[in-house]
Amino acid sequence: MSDAAPRSAILRYSETVGRNSISAIEMIGHWGALMGESVFWLFAGAKMKQPVRISAVFQQMMEIGVFAIPIVALLSATIGMMLAIQGIHTLSIFGAESQVVFGISLSVVREFSALITGILVAGRSGSALAARLSTMQINQEIDALRVMGIHPVRFLVVPALIAMIVMLPALTFLSDMVALYAAGLWVSFDLGISQAAYWSQTIDALSIGDLWHGLGKAAIFAVLITLIGVVNGASVTGGAEGVGRVTTRAVVQAISAIVITDMIFAFLATR
Amino acid sequence: MSDDETSDEFAIEVLGLVTHYGERMILKGIDFDVRPSEIMVIMGGSGSGKSTLMRHLLALEAATSGSVEVLGEDIARLGTRARAELSKKIGVAFRSGALFSSLTVGENIQLPLAEHTKLDAATMAIMTRMKLEVVDLAGFEDLMPSELSGGMIKRAALARAIIMDPKILFCDEPSAGLDPVVAAQLDDLILRLRDAMQMSIVVVTHELESAFKIADRITILDEGKILKVGTVDEIKNSDNERMQNILQRRTEEEILDADEYLRRLTGITVEGSPPL
Repeated sequence: MSDAAPRSAILRYSETVGRNSISAIEMIGHWGALMGESVFWLFAGAKMKQPVRISAVFQQMMEIGVFAIPIVALLSATIGMMLAIQGIHTLSIFGAESQVVFGISLSVVREFSALITGILVAGRSGSALAARLSTMQINQEIDALRVMGIHPVRFLVVPALIAMIVMLPALTFLSDMVALYAAGLWVSFDLGISQAAYWSQTIDALSIGDLWHGLGKAAIFAVLITLIGVVNGASVTGGAEGVGRVTTRAVVQAISAIVITDMIFAFLATR
Repeated sequence: MSDDETSDEFAIEVLGLVTHYGERMILKGIDFDVRPSEIMVIMGGSGSGKSTLMRHLLALEAATSGSVEVLGEDIARLGTRARAELSKKIGVAFRSGALFSSLTVGENIQLPLAEHTKLDAATMAIMTRMKLEVVDLAGFEDLMPSELSGGMIKRAALARAIIMDPKILFCDEPSAGLDPVVAAQLDDLILRLRDAMQMSIVVVTHELESAFKIADRITILDEGKILKVGTVDEIKNSDNERMQNILQRRTEEEILDADEYLRRLTGITVEGSPPL
């Protein structure tokens, strides 16, 4: 009896781990299948007499990109200034404040802009995508599309995916500019460096490769946010409570995926 | 018999349909048909399988075994393009209406035209107005679905379902959640549509009065099997005890629903019914 209890607890734990592992693999399979279907409809849709509508893509670009400009700009400026304040403070310990521009520009362009923009878009548009799809699922709107002969992936997912892939790097580039500008304001104020000198040092510190590093990551984040939002939205069960659950799950998973991908990117790029 | 002859005889033909959700068998060998220009009403209690049967007729679920032929096409064997072609010939009004909340009523109704035809915007607008007039919603095309009442949503859904002039119209619980007056108007509308457009109509409902009013034939489902298929008179006069129990229970339910409806309207508690 005393042996049976711990054994069954271990068994239960193993079962839970096994079940969760299978779910995770299943979910990755869903992502892959969805990505495959999206690519299929993007290129073969016109041949199947179901082209992806440009107007839907532009509408999504407005939602995902243009309407996010104020918040991305605000947070990017904050991050840029925060990096400048912290950088100057830390480097002053070693008397190396003059090197702060080097640190700021690389941190912003390679890491922070893509990361902060990805997290913002995941919270804003990834959650909206999951909520929209799950509500449509519950209201039988997805079924309605199917019986009208309109493939839901082509109609709902592909426009969002294209818009996300275009707009997330674009927002990241905007974030680069705003963060560098805000950092420059603080550096000029604190160290008495002119704006011209600051921008000259920034351009010297950066290469095209650094820019592509950040923008490339943003494109990968865009794919992750869309797939996670769609897979969660489509898996909804249980009415309004279910919509809340999948929306939260989509945001948590997307942010986790972004941070982990960023770490893997950083590791690979520095080898 | 050739395929053409089959499709002339039946708009829908279901043979030996079996389906499971997990381990549970939901439909247990359904044989069922709908004739051209016929209104077939599918009835049954909760869990009898009527909604599942509807989903199979619409190819939204895959069967364990058996076949579903719609307009002579085995829907399980259709490719994406053939399925899209078939979808132009059927219309569906879902229980919730399933209107797209981000589109106006007019855009909702136009969607099948915009997706499946190359008509210009002006022609689509005219066709939309015509269908809205058929369902008594003319002038509502610029409103959002959230601005419509329950009955109006159902009628807008019907307008969208008939925009392509389908050969078969499916209505899932058309009068669910509506007051008796609006429900009766919808019944009249379904009858008018059949007479005007000569389409086959499949209605899933649990409203006995509505079923007796509109049906040419009624299929009674019970625990995943067909209990009886027959005309209204055949169903009413059947001596099948199980079926009469089901029908009798529905009549009682409808009386209770009417009382509750009256109570909500007037605040008067009908004798024998619990207070709110």
